Amino acid sequence: MTALAALIRRDIKISLRVGGGALIGVLFFLTVVVLMPFAVGPDLALLTRLGPAILWLGALLASLLTLDRLFTADHEDGSLDLIVMSRTPLELTCAAKALAHWLAAGVPLILATPVLGLLLNLNATATAAVALTLLAGTPALTFTGMIGAALAVTLHRGGLLLAVLVLPLSIPVLIFGVAASQAAITGPLSFGTPFSILCALSLVSLVIGPFAAAASLRHGLD
Amino acid sequence: MTLIDLANPTRFLSLTARILPWLAAATTILLLVGLYQAAMAPDDYQQGATVKIMFIHVPNAWLAMFVWGVMSLAALGTLVWRHPLADVAAKAAAPIGAAFTFLALVTGSLWGRPMWGTYWEWDARLTSVLIMFLMYLGLIALWRAVEDPSRAARAAAILTLVGALNLPIIKFSVDWWNTLHQPASVLRMGGPALDRSFLIPLLVMAVAFSLLFVTLHLAAMRNEILRRRVRSLQMMQASRRSA
Repeated sequence: MTALAALIRRDIKISLRVGGGALIGVLFFLTVVVLMPFAVGPDLALLTRLGPAILWLGALLASLLTLDRLFTADHEDGSLDLIVMSRTPLELTCAAKALAHWLAAGVPLILATPVLGLLLNLNATATAAVALTLLAGTPALTFTGMIGAALAVTLHRGGLLLAVLVLPLSIPVLIFGVAASQAAITGPLSFGTPFSILCALSLVSLVIGPFAAAASLRHGLD
Repeated sequence: MTLIDLANPTRFLSLTARILPWLAAATTILLLVGLYQAAMAPDDYQQGATVKIMFIHVPNAWLAMFVWGVMSLAALGTLVWRHPLADVAAKAAAPIGAAFTFLALVTGSLWGRPMWGTYWEWDARLTSVLIMFLMYLGLIALWRAVEDPSRAARAAAILTLVGALNLPIIKFSVDWWNTLHQPASVLRMGGPALDRSFLIPLLVMAVAFSLLFVTLHLAAMRNEILRRRVRSLQMMQASRRSA
């Protein structure tokens, strides 16, 4: 247990330091959201309507951008081999690494949502709904994305593949995340149904992600 | 003859060389019978002659899912039993599955144009088949990204098994979102809703397309085995020349 806690602390520390790149995700998120009005026009009513979708899409792309960091840095300096060989079960280690990654790269995205909501003319309810759905949904993005990151790290030059492999897997999360936010803002559906499915997706990925990532690390690094 | 005996590629090659002509002949005959029956089937009272697209569209869609199932079994074979032919089977199946999925999407959109008035509708089932097509392409890209076949096989096997979770979502989505696409009408509670005059040609076509898949798959597996032999011969020659 202490090993896992130490690993989480180490990963968060590394990703927040110089060259860590966790906060690059937030900057990317901001840039994507700022780009949207240039594409669809500065019509505030339209931006309000598209707001939750834009925020979700931005968060999805931003979390994809930083996923590459999950294993590559450790692979390059050799610490990944030590982690794989250690006595702690690799599934638990993968889960801990993903948790650390979510804390360092996912949570800042959620914290940035209120500011970005202002840019998109979202009211307080809408912003809160998007932030809440992101809180429930981004773990699913990180934990399913981890599978792609683990596959990509064993392939060398796998960074390009990562996006192609991970994006289709994240479609259900996007659907239910946006559906839940829209339900909270405009109705007529109840917020609870899509939101509980979103939570279910996160929980399922919490189970599947570490096992698949550990399997691909074990089979891939030899 | 068990699965273990087939682990010897030479034995597999000689066995499939004997089986393949018969399979190809059976596929051709069944396809001809099915197409004839489909052409002779009566027009639908609402859809007219366009209903005949169904005889191509539905078997393709079934096989699109079936091939992913075959690849998942092969993935288990790779990861659990380390069966030497499992990764050959998985690799050979991916492009064929992608082709079936693509054909299901194309025929579906050609069918949708007269029926729904649009080539593409963002309906749940269409969308999930499109996602599956993207996943087939991603899987093929993964196979092509790695030079060492056994390394690629293990990575692809994991992705295949993760993707297999997508299959229940496809089936589930029909009942969940249930929009323009009509709900499942062949495999459902209380027997098929299709009339017998449509059902029999459809089943014949489904069997014919399954045989087509088996034929193409075995042929592609043979090609893959031979390709690997050619590759290792080339490597041997190259190393001999440099030595």
